[in-house]
Amino acid sequence: MTDLAAPRLSARHLARQRRLASYRRTWRAFRRHRSGVAGLAILLVFVLVALAAPLLASSDGLDVTLANGPVLGAPSSHYWLGTDDNGRSVLTLLIWGSRISLLVGLSATVISMVIGTLMGLVSGYFGGWIGRITFRVTEWMLVIPFLPLAIGLATVLGPGLFNIIIVIGVTSWPSTALLIRSQTLSIKERAYVERAEAIGGGRWHQMGRHVLPNVMPMVFANTTLTVAGAILTETTLSFLGLGDPTRTSWGSMLDSAYQVGAITTGSWWFVIPPGICVVLVVLAFTLIGQALEEVLNPRLRARR
Amino acid sequence: MSLVADPGLVADSEEPGARSRGRGYGSYVVAKVLGSVGSLLFMLLVNFFLFRVLPGNAAQTLGRGRLNTPAQVAAFNKAYGLNHSVLDQFWIFLKSTAHGDLGLSVKYRLPVSQLIVDRLWPTLLLVGVSTILSTLIGVYLGIRGAWNRGSVFDKVSTGTSLTLYAMPEWWLGLMLIAGLGVGFAFVPGLFPTGGLHSPDIVDTNSVHGILDTIWHLTLPVITLTLAYLAEYSLIMRSSLLDELGEDYLQTARAKGLRDVVVRNRHAVRNALLPTTTVIALNIGFVVSGAITIETVFSIPGLGQLSTEAISTPDFAVLQGTFLVASAGVIGANLIANLIYGWLDPRVRT
Repeated sequence: MTDLAAPRLSARHLARQRRLASYRRTWRAFRRHRSGVAGLAILLVFVLVALAAPLLASSDGLDVTLANGPVLGAPSSHYWLGTDDNGRSVLTLLIWGSRISLLVGLSATVISMVIGTLMGLVSGYFGGWIGRITFRVTEWMLVIPFLPLAIGLATVLGPGLFNIIIVIGVTSWPSTALLIRSQTLSIKERAYVERAEAIGGGRWHQMGRHVLPNVMPMVFANTTLTVAGAILTETTLSFLGLGDPTRTSWGSMLDSAYQVGAITTGSWWFVIPPGICVVLVVLAFTLIGQALEEVLNPRLRARR
Repeated sequence: MSLVADPGLVADSEEPGARSRGRGYGSYVVAKVLGSVGSLLFMLLVNFFLFRVLPGNAAQTLGRGRLNTPAQVAAFNKAYGLNHSVLDQFWIFLKSTAHGDLGLSVKYRLPVSQLIVDRLWPTLLLVGVSTILSTLIGVYLGIRGAWNRGSVFDKVSTGTSLTLYAMPEWWLGLMLIAGLGVGFAFVPGLFPTGGLHSPDIVDTNSVHGILDTIWHLTLPVITLTLAYLAEYSLIMRSSLLDELGEDYLQTARAKGLRDVVVRNRHAVRNALLPTTTVIALNIGFVVSGAITIETVFSIPGLGQLSTEAISTPDFAVLQGTFLVASAGVIGANLIANLIYGWLDPRVRT
């Protein structure tokens, strides 16, 4: 707070400084969570690999027609993680697969977050029939079993990268909406929201400028947990043959491994690495999300 | 382990609310039943919208390109009632669903309702056993972990739970098949890799047949139990942690109660509350697990029925299994809510 004592700062300047200070505080608190930092480190490695995929392995390695390795060959000095049923290097597939898995997980989460935050804000902030209907719809959506719904939607829409993102996005928002709703309900009773109303702030102003910024931390913590779920769902849907057949993801690798009988032939290098990658990435997002939740949610912080 | 089913817990918790039960519970039941009817109708609407409206030209999707002449399309539309308005179609859909008519499977040429009845038992068996096992073990692990927070047991159990939670349950199944079903290196396969019965079993209801089924179900049940217990132990742990700072525990200790009594009679009873809600809400998650595990272990249940329908695609079957799964979840939720409201007057407000 001492650095704010400098005179002649505009309101905007002040707000930015305060926000920076709060980010720094959050980061310091986050750093104390060893598991959260470990998650962040794992995630950074995967993001770097995904971004640097063209440098690490040529995309020609994904082309079935150019593959010249042995069929389901065991790991060797040339193919570190062996080859798949088409003679492609499993390592190359893994590296390029990280792109699709992360892309689908993140994009689906964005959709899910936008819908969930909107529904949660509206159902928490507005009383009357709007609030009641949005709350009911959220509750109803929540009891519909997720995977059968996703399978149905994915089958109707047909396989494709964009479609699988849509499917995961529009089926996974209800839990976020409930969380945001409960946060909104408690924030809208605060004095500053009342003040905003007293000096004539409209509903959208109150919601956009006062409620939303205060639920954002929870949205953010929830986002990382949602990404974890979205990546798991992508893997499962791809495994069931509902992914984009033209692109390699960890899920589609596991699907082809299962289809060609890598389990019974003992071709472990085709089954274990993609699974471990999924587990690591999902675990990383979960750990980060949990640490963030504890940092940002005062109720949980008191527990430590 | 006995904490969940301890009859003492149930009997005791009735006392505080016994006086107000007569009035409060009736309206609670009505509200919950109405809520479930609402969910059921909403689910039917989603179901109808998903499979009948969203595909656009149903004659094209459902007929899968085999309808070429306008006459064929017209006949198809008439047979499936597509010549009516959308509202009328929804009404017809509701009526036939209420009569148990879920349409005809393109693949099996059989009524979907019959397919579902045939496949129901293996799924119920698998999901039922795994849910009971995972709830008991998960709740036990959660209690022990939270009570001795920071201990080695807690760290190992939380770490394992988080890892299992991050794992696609069918991948865990594949690993178990590879390890214990197929065998590796010098270890022979101990369990069958799939199916529900050995081919040489004639009478599946004989002692030998039942043992054979148990032997076949061991790996899938282990897989599902591990997949579910991760979530339950994490929830139980965090809800018990929430209770640890409360004053009533201090009071209980000040009274001189033994640690075990403080835990089981006071802390756990309150912590079970949020856990039960989450477990009830997670029945949908249980359904998802059953779908993939049945596929991986070739168990002829509802899950396998629906994943087999994906490649055809057999929309009537997908619609039917979706309907049954959702209705099951809604029903289970309602039952959980009713029991819960009966046991704990606090949730009736």
